[in-house]
Amino acid sequence: MKARIATLLLASGLTLASAAHAFEPNKPSCIAPAKPGGGFDLTCRILSTGFAKAGITKIPMAVTFMPGGVGAVAYNYINATDPDDPNKLVAFSSGSLLNIAQGKFGRNLDENDARWVGTAGVDYGAIMVRADAPWNTLGELVDAIKKDPSKFVLGAGGGVGSQDWMKAAILMKSSGVDPKKMRYVAYEGGGEALAALLGGHIKVYPGDVGEMKGLVESGKVKVLAIMSPERLKGEFSNYPTAIEQGYDAEWTIIRGYYLGPKVSDEAYNYWSDQFQKAYNDPAFEKTVVDQNLVPFNMSGKTLDSYIKERVGYMRGLAKEAGLIN
Amino acid sequence: MDVFHYLALGFSVALTPLNLGLVLAGCFIGTLIGSLPGIGPINGVAILLPLAYSVGLPPESALILLAGVYYGAEYGGRISSILLNVPGDAGAIMTTLDGYPMAKRGEGGRALALSAVSSFFGSMGALLLMVIFAPLLSKLAIQFGPSEYVWLMIFAFTCLATMVGKRPIKTVVGVVIGLLLATVGIDSGTGILRFTMGIPNLFDGVDFLVVVIGMFAISEVLILLESWARNDLKLTPVGKSFVSFADLMAVKWVIFRSTISGFLIGVLPGTGASIASAVAYGTEKRFAEGKEEHFGQGDIRGLAAPEAANNASAAGSMVPMLTLGIPGSGTTAILLGALLMFNITPGPLLFEQQPNIAWGLIASMFIGNIALLVMNLPLIGLFVRLLSIKQSYLVPVIVMLTFVGIYSIHGDTFDLFFMIVLGVFAFILRKLGFSLAPVILGLVLGKVLEENLRRALSISGGDWFILFDGAITYVLAIATVLAIVLPKVMKLRKK
Repeated sequence: MKARIATLLLASGLTLASAAHAFEPNKPSCIAPAKPGGGFDLTCRILSTGFAKAGITKIPMAVTFMPGGVGAVAYNYINATDPDDPNKLVAFSSGSLLNIAQGKFGRNLDENDARWVGTAGVDYGAIMVRADAPWNTLGELVDAIKKDPSKFVLGAGGGVGSQDWMKAAILMKSSGVDPKKMRYVAYEGGGEALAALLGGHIKVYPGDVGEMKGLVESGKVKVLAIMSPERLKGEFSNYPTAIEQGYDAEWTIIRGYYLGPKVSDEAYNYWSDQFQKAYNDPAFEKTVVDQNLVPFNMSGKTLDSYIKERVGYMRGLAKEAGLIN
Repeated sequence: MDVFHYLALGFSVALTPLNLGLVLAGCFIGTLIGSLPGIGPINGVAILLPLAYSVGLPPESALILLAGVYYGAEYGGRISSILLNVPGDAGAIMTTLDGYPMAKRGEGGRALALSAVSSFFGSMGALLLMVIFAPLLSKLAIQFGPSEYVWLMIFAFTCLATMVGKRPIKTVVGVVIGLLLATVGIDSGTGILRFTMGIPNLFDGVDFLVVVIGMFAISEVLILLESWARNDLKLTPVGKSFVSFADLMAVKWVIFRSTISGFLIGVLPGTGASIASAVAYGTEKRFAEGKEEHFGQGDIRGLAAPEAANNASAAGSMVPMLTLGIPGSGTTAILLGALLMFNITPGPLLFEQQPNIAWGLIASMFIGNIALLVMNLPLIGLFVRLLSIKQSYLVPVIVMLTFVGIYSIHGDTFDLFFMIVLGVFAFILRKLGFSLAPVILGLVLGKVLEENLRRALSISGGDWFILFDGAITYVLAIATVLAIVLPKVMKLRKK
């Protein structure tokens, strides 16, 4: 223990000594815009431990919490207070992007008010039903829903307009059912929704691949389709995608980080380069996979334009579903 | 016997020097954290989690440490409730109702000792229930659908209605204020922002801790200031600090009942220590009706009930986390995150595949509770000395602690201003003779009630008869009716 602290001190001393870059981070930290324990916490821990394991930072970055509105509080804080602080990386997810698309991040803030710098990885939607449910393919499920959409209860961990709702709505749309006819129940987080599925209160749970691990093993839940563009590799390669079953239902949950809108190009490029370095390091990849995410490597300008395109797409979806005008 | 075999395995894990040391350390840190207003078990566990991870503790040891912090904080929360009328965390709100009047009478030591013993029996009883019934209960917990939650909340409200004071109308008004506060934030059903006035900090609703600390701590400080200005500050006398056998016998059934109800409420995902202690307090008040009672003015039953219940619920909330991977409270949600960080997936398979973790944790909770009792009883004398500190020193310290505690939740000054506004509001309410506990409980219960009522109705498509679907709903409905009718009948029979 003592030896460990000594190495840490020594190591942090070394970082200071090896100042070679034009921009040099000073006590960088990751802001998780939620309470501890959730997905944003996990995103920050990937940055913190992944960068340390890949040797990019000598000690793990500090993680601070700023909960509120799926990232809205942190977004407003960065814009109002620290728009040019190059040492504050903030975690975001598709959930934050969806809310930006719907204007729920504040009246005057949109996707142009941040510098999207790097990704942690992605997760995909997964359509789950109880293990003893009568449907074995997405087709069978959709046929059952089509018979009487108003009697079929779907539920997940977010309200109307959240990503969980969006997954259900996209599934409905791809099978030709009006999403507005869907009977959707909002729970507080995925855990509660899962309990409701196991208890038989809801019939379908559009969850995430990241949650599948223990559940499928325990034999309590059946996964009918994964909402990824292509089949996953590794342990989930047996599960068919919705697309290959003939339903155009894709939902990629991206997790990554942004910097304040007024951060200098120098610092932005520095961090973007560090992400590229991390992506080439197997230790970082292992950190990502350990947290049940699929590696998805994108940083700098490429990511910035990808995010803007994605928010535009979501804005379209939200309009179609009548969430915004 | 399987259970004993596994429990023995658990103790062999928990009794290694490292784990034993961690239990003690966790309990001690937890007590400290719990006794500071604003810094509750959630923050304590969240702060220690990365630390435990980075020093490379094995998963069972890390979990044992964090769980120690969790129930240590449930113990510690009562200290400032009793001595200062400031609940250390949400589960300790009900403890202020009778604990503080006792302290004011000079029975602070007695109250602290009795509440420590009640907490101890509550925890131990709940742990035994957990060992015996965990698999069965996890099945019951998932049977609890939205309709069942609606009835449970209605039952809790009926318990509340006669809970505090002689003027039920003021209790009702208090509950309504709490209900109004509960409507602020993103509406969970439709995703629409309600009453947020465009302030992003309110998107997730008013933070529960900010309300608790603002209303209790800040208004308490204002009241202290007022009596200082009027020059009628009296030093609270410090009495003896022993728990007498007679006291214990007087509350043995109170503890028994509160442990069972607290445990069961803890098992349900979505209901935690604050609801458990409110139901226990309300139930005991009902039981005492017609007999000699002075609830709200320092009745030992009103102190024992919430303390046994909130500790029992802490153990109960571990059940769905360990058996189903579903957290039963905010704190267990973080413990769940800790398990995932160590690449352990909780769920039905945990007990089979990694019995050393599951049972080691359970065994460590037994040890931790004994340690907490042993640690707490001798310290009472020290805690009580708090009251002999001159208010001119004490008040600034309370203020400082609350500000630090609240700032540490979100790292945002908005909460500090909001806390002050709420504190002034609460001061006015208290001057008008309102009690604060109903406000807080209205806030907690209202959110759960609204969410579940709407879930039930969206499942049924607007058909209210879903509220009478299944046996559990009937049981809860009958309990609610009995809670209203029974005391009246008993009163009539007495006449």
